[in-house]
Amino acid sequence: MGADEHITLRIARYRPDEGEAEPTLADYDVPLRRDWAILDGLNYIKDELDGTLSYRWSCRMGICGSCGMMVDGEPRLTCATFLTDLAPGPVRIEPLANFPVIRDLIVDLTDFMHKLGKVKPWLIRDEERPVEDGEYLQTPAQLDEFKQFSMCINCMLCYSACPVYGLDNSFVGPAAIALAHRYDLDSRDEGDRQRLTILAQPEGVWDCTFVGECSAACPKGVDPAGAIQQVKLAAAQEAAKSLLLPWRSR
Amino acid sequence: MTSPGRRVTPEPFVWLLFSAGGVVAALVLPVLLVLFGVAIPLGWVAAPDHEHLLAVLRNPLTRLGLIGVCALALVHAAHRVRFTVEHAFRLGRYDPIIATACYGAAAVGTAVAAYLLLAAL
Amino acid sequence: MISPLEARYYRRRMPLLWWARRRSYAFFMLREVSSVFVAWFVVEILLLVRAVARGAAAYEGFLDAMAHPAVIGVNLVALAFVLLHAVTFANLTPRAMIVRVRGRRVPARAVLASVYVGWLVVSAFLTWLVLA
Repeated sequence: MGADEHITLRIARYRPDEGEAEPTLADYDVPLRRDWAILDGLNYIKDELDGTLSYRWSCRMGICGSCGMMVDGEPRLTCATFLTDLAPGPVRIEPLANFPVIRDLIVDLTDFMHKLGKVKPWLIRDEERPVEDGEYLQTPAQLDEFKQFSMCINCMLCYSACPVYGLDNSFVGPAAIALAHRYDLDSRDEGDRQRLTILAQPEGVWDCTFVGECSAACPKGVDPAGAIQQVKLAAAQEAAKSLLLPWRSR
Repeated sequence: MTSPGRRVTPEPFVWLLFSAGGVVAALVLPVLLVLFGVAIPLGWVAAPDHEHLLAVLRNPLTRLGLIGVCALALVHAAHRVRFTVEHAFRLGRYDPIIATACYGAAAVGTAVAAYLLLAAL
Repeated sequence: MISPLEARYYRRRMPLLWWARRRSYAFFMLREVSSVFVAWFVVEILLLVRAVARGAAAYEGFLDAMAHPAVIGVNLVALAFVLLHAVTFANLTPRAMIVRVRGRRVPARAVLASVYVGWLVVSAFLTWLVLA
């Protein structure tokens, strides 16, 4: 491939501060370098072509979860999506679906952050042990139980992929449920019942129809869809037990 | 129950029936559909004679088993149709009506199955 | 009470035919629609039971109706969808259920294999029950 080869990035621009009522698409030609990801293209645009382009990014290596955007209609990490894979283009780049757009490629994270907090993503103990008693010990096997679900980088690609969340954003959503499951599976945690109160609502796990697109979009192999079905099973067993054995106190 | 503020909802039980229905439909229906829908009509295998089928169906295990299969498979279909209709056509706000219609139809089908398998044979 | 800034956030609506826009969504819809054919076949089973209950003549009439080319056509379509349901449902099982034997986790491949083996066993049993 020649040094002069370019690829067109067709980018959604939205400038409400300049009185724009809705987003428009603008074309930018960036060099088609073999080692460049879309993020490198965006940085090139901001450095050389149009400094007003706004977008989020940070680590540029797929661990911070900041650079999620819609690439040709699919939610992708732009630091992990390479220009040569998308040649000859043009490549459509839009803000992450199912979230309100603040400006250009930047979306409002408020609902996502709210959902994460709602599932109590911290170790819950009936009684905290005093510090002098030392750490809570955990075997490698116990770690393996929940490790997969702890790999979430909060990139929100799963929320963009989920049609249920898109249709009704009262749905708690894949990442939040996977995070809750991570804590429920943690041997040090005793908060299953408390989280179930949130998850067992209709807009908790029961809204999910196992489309599975969340897991397909996840760049870290968390498999939130699998987590949700496992929580459904646990919640259903819990509901059956409370129905059949109402005298149970714990 | 130690958790106050948890709304009682039928969703978990419906989901259990839906899952059981999916399993049962997946295990039982394909082979029966191949037999009665394709293989026997096309003459690949001889149709079982009437007395044999009557004897099989009259067996109490078959009666109960078949009622269970029909009931669970119908609830499974009702559950899926409910969500598919609501998601495909954005009718989520009519969920109470749609859910009643779907599960109601499944209940009617189950009643028909029970009548046929318990009273009519 | 939303701030003037938040009032200018652009809220996109999902398109009416959102499920037609992506192959993965369309396949999901097809998978869900398979449940209609599951219900259809339950109806056919009940028609068979009714025919058997009414006597040999009614049973022969049922077999003749099933042999009608249009009915065979519909049933072939129904079979395709019922198989789609069975395969997708089976394949999703290991992700939804963690199976433990004597404290150790059964790997997903083994769970999947036992689901298919179970399917084979049930099918063989039902074939014997109906035909023998």
